[in-house]
Amino acid sequence: MSDATTKAAAQRPIAYRGGGFAPSPRRWVGFIVFAVLILFAEWGTRSGWISALTLPKPSDVLETFRDLYNSGLLFQHLAPSLTRFVMGALIGVSLGVVVGILIGLFSYVRAGMVPVVAAIFPIPKIALLPLFVIWFGIGEGSKYALIAFGTFTPTVVATYGAVDNVDRTLIRMGQSFGLSWWSIVRKIVLPGAMPGILSGLRISLAIAIILLVAAEMLGAEYGIGAYILEAGSLYDLERLFAGVVILSVLGVLVSAAVGLVERRLLGWRT
Amino acid sequence: MDIQMKSVSHTYGSTEVLRDISIDIPTGKIVCLVGPSGCGKSTLLRFIGGLERPTEGEVLQLGEPPEGSLNPLTYVFQDFALLPWRSVRGNISLVLEDHGIRGEDANRIIRDVLQRTKLSDFETALPKQLSGGMKQRVAIARALAVNPAVMLMDEPLSALDAQTRELLMDDLVALWTRQPFTAVYVTHNLAEAVRLGHKVVVLSRRPGQIREIVEIDTPLAERETGDPELEAVQKKLWNLMRDEARAADEELVHV
Repeated sequence: MSDATTKAAAQRPIAYRGGGFAPSPRRWVGFIVFAVLILFAEWGTRSGWISALTLPKPSDVLETFRDLYNSGLLFQHLAPSLTRFVMGALIGVSLGVVVGILIGLFSYVRAGMVPVVAAIFPIPKIALLPLFVIWFGIGEGSKYALIAFGTFTPTVVATYGAVDNVDRTLIRMGQSFGLSWWSIVRKIVLPGAMPGILSGLRISLAIAIILLVAAEMLGAEYGIGAYILEAGSLYDLERLFAGVVILSVLGVLVSAAVGLVERRLLGWRT
Repeated sequence: MDIQMKSVSHTYGSTEVLRDISIDIPTGKIVCLVGPSGCGKSTLLRFIGGLERPTEGEVLQLGEPPEGSLNPLTYVFQDFALLPWRSVRGNISLVLEDHGIRGEDANRIIRDVLQRTKLSDFETALPKQLSGGMKQRVAIARALAVNPAVMLMDEPLSALDAQTRELLMDDLVALWTRQPFTAVYVTHNLAEAVRLGHKVVVLSRRPGQIREIVEIDTPLAERETGDPELEAVQKKLWNLMRDEARAADEELVHV
């Protein structure tokens, strides 16, 4: 090698190989992805290489949605569905948090309940629908119960995992200052488990939306689920998609709401 | 209120951790426990704090804790043990709430301890905003708030860097000089022991036994780094500990 090349080589900047592995928020990318997908479907259905039987035209779905809104039927369907969602999820999540904390704190409850929860978790709740109808009647009771049951198990699992992860030195600290058992649970265990409980909440609320449709399969005149099922049995794809879009929007809103609660409650996290 | 340990021994399963320990902890003095890692010094502290029970022997409390002491035996932890979701103020009020102290009474105590630990400006800060040294000062302020008869300090400076440790030692000396408190101070750092201890108890490796008890008479406020007398004591302590520490280091851990 000549002198000139060694000199040139000696001056090369050091290749950068750090960075990455740290996703940061990119605000509008999500919207752009949605827009591109919808525009692609619109273009495909309009130009004819996606047949109307395969996929409805997004603009037609929008039209259907507008009719639904103008006729006032939207809220007639939405109101009972939201009530079922809120009531069912409220019952399931609050019971789940309580049972999860008990499992996290007491050896006997843990030994007794963990296998039970593991046995209940994988049961497709839809399969138990007839049972719920017998137990709670064909009315709202069985619908609440189905959604509550479906949100209960994931909440329990998330909660007791979260309680297990609470820093033990904080609990020892509480004991060393003579805090009462109840104070330790309320002021140390519960806030310490909150991150895990909230991330469990995301999953259980998504499950609640899934079960909403299942709950409305039986004897529901109004409701998003009933609307979708009716459209499905008539192969009315526009209405089917309009219903599905409502559920998707509901899912996005719920997830955003949980995110908001997380930012409010978990600002102390580093 | 004095604390007396009478021939305390302890075993975990078949492992003997402590053998025949007797120590007197007189009021208003700082007693340092030093020893190689795994010699059971933190376990001794947990006995005094009532978080664990020795298999043999007893830990006695002589006399009554002073009037107004909410939590006579109070811990200061190595890793601070602050609730990350509570502000500096909230962390201190946590230990007052259970004693029914709220409102103006609580405010007075919190203001006083924050001022004594030079934290008055950080009342509303969250732990994540504080440096390690400040976190430990919050923990000390929290301990002072319950007006303890004996402070049980479990390697309180070990998680801090050397400079912060120096500063905090000065703070502790100033705190003690203003208002002498009783403390049992566990450390593996001999410099801390000779700086803060009126009495240094040297423990052997497991099973921990008392090798020697060294009394240091120089008043705390007059101790300075580089003091030849203290250096001599520190050297003596190190000579006592060196072989034990080496042997302890080479032991396998049986868990």
